[in-house]
Amino acid sequence: MSDKTDKTEQNRLSVFKTYKLYVGGKFPRSESGRVYEVTDSKEKWLANAPLSSRKDARDAVVAARKAFGAWSGATAYNRGQVLYRVAEMLEGRRSQFVHEVADAEGLSKSKAAAQVDATIDRWVWYAGWTDKIAQLVGGGNPVAGPYFNLSSPEPTGVVAVLAPQESSFLGLVSVLAPVIATGNTAVVITSEKDPLPALSLGEVLATSDVPGGVVNILSGRTAEIAAPLAAHQDVNAIDLAGADDVLAKELEIAAADNLKRVLRPQPVDDWSAMPGIDRMTAFLETKTVWHPTGSLGASGSAY
Amino acid sequence: MASAFDYAPAPESRAIVDIAPSYGLFIDGEFTEAADGKVFKTVSPASEEVLSEIAQAGEADVDRAVKAARKAFEKWSALPGTERAKYLFRIARIIQERSRELAVLETLDNGKPIKETRDADLPLVAAHFFYYAGWADKLGHAGFGTNPRPLGVAGQVIPWNFPLLMLAWKIAPALATGNTVVLKPAETTPLSALFFADICRQAGLPKGVVNILPGYGDTGAALVAHPDVNKVAFTGSTAVGKQIAKTVAGTRKKLTLELGGKGANIVFDDAPIDQAVEGIVNGIFFNQGQVCCAGSRLLVQESIQDELLDSLKRRLSTLRLGDPLDKNTDIGAINSEEQLTRITSLVERGESEGAERWSPACELPSAGYWFAPTLFTNVTQAHTIARDEIFGPVLSVLTFRTPDEAVAKANNTQYGLSAGIWTEKGSRILAVANKLRAGVVWSNTFNKFDPTSPFGGYKESGFGREGGRHGLEAYLDV
Repeated sequence: MSDKTDKTEQNRLSVFKTYKLYVGGKFPRSESGRVYEVTDSKEKWLANAPLSSRKDARDAVVAARKAFGAWSGATAYNRGQVLYRVAEMLEGRRSQFVHEVADAEGLSKSKAAAQVDATIDRWVWYAGWTDKIAQLVGGGNPVAGPYFNLSSPEPTGVVAVLAPQESSFLGLVSVLAPVIATGNTAVVITSEKDPLPALSLGEVLATSDVPGGVVNILSGRTAEIAAPLAAHQDVNAIDLAGADDVLAKELEIAAADNLKRVLRPQPVDDWSAMPGIDRMTAFLETKTVWHPTGSLGASGSAY
Repeated sequence: MASAFDYAPAPESRAIVDIAPSYGLFIDGEFTEAADGKVFKTVSPASEEVLSEIAQAGEADVDRAVKAARKAFEKWSALPGTERAKYLFRIARIIQERSRELAVLETLDNGKPIKETRDADLPLVAAHFFYYAGWADKLGHAGFGTNPRPLGVAGQVIPWNFPLLMLAWKIAPALATGNTVVLKPAETTPLSALFFADICRQAGLPKGVVNILPGYGDTGAALVAHPDVNKVAFTGSTAVGKQIAKTVAGTRKKLTLELGGKGANIVFDDAPIDQAVEGIVNGIFFNQGQVCCAGSRLLVQESIQDELLDSLKRRLSTLRLGDPLDKNTDIGAINSEEQLTRITSLVERGESEGAERWSPACELPSAGYWFAPTLFTNVTQAHTIARDEIFGPVLSVLTFRTPDEAVAKANNTQYGLSAGIWTEKGSRILAVANKLRAGVVWSNTFNKFDPTSPFGGYKESGFGREGGRHGLEAYLDV
């Protein structure tokens, strides 16, 4: 985390944290055995983060797929409770994240604190969406015939999320929370330069009733990890927030191979601004269910 | 099809439609020749008769049409919604007035039975324009913010299976939201789109708001790739859809795709058998099976397989195949020689892989492109005919024992467009419908469409929805 020591314990050697990936509810090292050096804004060493491989990306997809059935099948109320629990856990670790965000992004304590507060609030905001979005974007359709006809939103599936590069925590949560609030499962690639707050989020998720595999967090070279995810036949959607224009185009072409839903990089001036529902609807399908309301067979054609 | 009661022929007169020997492209409110003078012929699939000669749009024509649409966009998008609505209402009314003419035309050019163009296609075409006309002045209430903006020029490429209906699905929401369009109809069915151009003229639609460019795949590719097109909408094959997704990658073009399907029609042991049989027939033999959301995989619970198949075969034996203009005809012609070849080769593949083929006794006309209604039993999930979209009157029958197995088999496909459930048990309908990964689920019915209902796919059946409030999103800057 940091080599800073508490003033009252000048003589005590602090315990460093070994940052690990978060995949399938567990904390593995990269299967490649690789790490890379993470520094603060003044190039001072903070930690060695896992340098994820293509294999790590594929493992994460397997975990996310495995988790999808139960997570998407959970009641919206239940998902809201779980998301809110994450906010509770985050609040308890507020000072740790303030510390990590300050180091990562070179912010003052107070600015970092504002980022973390906004992040926790963002998480709470999405927790409240889980059981409302269906009423907003679904509904009954007044068809011209004797049919009951209902459209409801459903999660797209496994979503690969390239977290924003500059906003290591608020940006990350702003793209992750909407994906899982709606019942998708996620494979997230952290900010390449500032992965530590994201990796610590994994520890929070693991202790927050979020089923293993719902969120999988990978650190490393964004382009290297994103390529196999964009081309992966069992990934249903991809959020390109953390990609530059060149990478985004490359990944969008790869994503076309199984017609993934693609959210192109959107210009975001300020991640703390209210997000709206676009990031949720980008990863929702609409299912329309028909059923006759007329008497079956009365005319021989009312099937 | 021999039966005790033979039907006397009841042909619909084709005198109501006046097909010109040649048609131009429709650009900026005028019919015009292609820049390079190229033409192609459109034939009637039922007789191979040449119906007309059509100008074939090239890249220069695409550019000209997009420029016209761009110019028209300024005024069209600035028009109050109430005015745009009135144009769309006019179009809807003219379609109703001319629906018999258009139904005959569509039957001639496409090969589908007059019964279907008259009773399904045309009423739905008019309904779509009516529905979206009403949205034009209510967009602020559609849930996309208080002042949703149009995107600009929409490039639209549509297929040959429902030529006029697909045009309506594309053009009605585009115009209602203030976009202008350049539409490419399929090369085998360009006529109804060109008649629609005349309807735009009758409705007094401003020049350039709707442009029609008949042509082949390369015309569509040029339209999709044109740098001044803001929105691309495509209905057609998954392979072409993927190509289009690659073409627009890295641009700001908004894309919606309605692609292939391999719909599962699941019949449980407590289903109303007679209704289910009708639904199965409707699901796969409607429009000669040339329907992306066709129920081309029948999943029947093992315990009722024999009973259901007996009923189904008996019902298939009563289907009448022949002259599409005959009002008694159930099964018309396959749209093109190319499509017939594709169906034939996939069916041969089915036989060679060991599935059992059955067709009712059925005499095929000597001219034109025909394929008898066909049923395959002993089909496994590994068979090509259970995996690939055939897009023809060919039904593959698979069995299952438990609801879970039915769901697993239904979802075991790259596609996710449609599915059907047949059971008398309400909770089973809801439980199974919940688990199916498909954009449309018909329970105790099949192949129902309505302009108020969102339609579109999961997985490789494409993305975006057409119809309903959801259909507006594809044409708005949201």
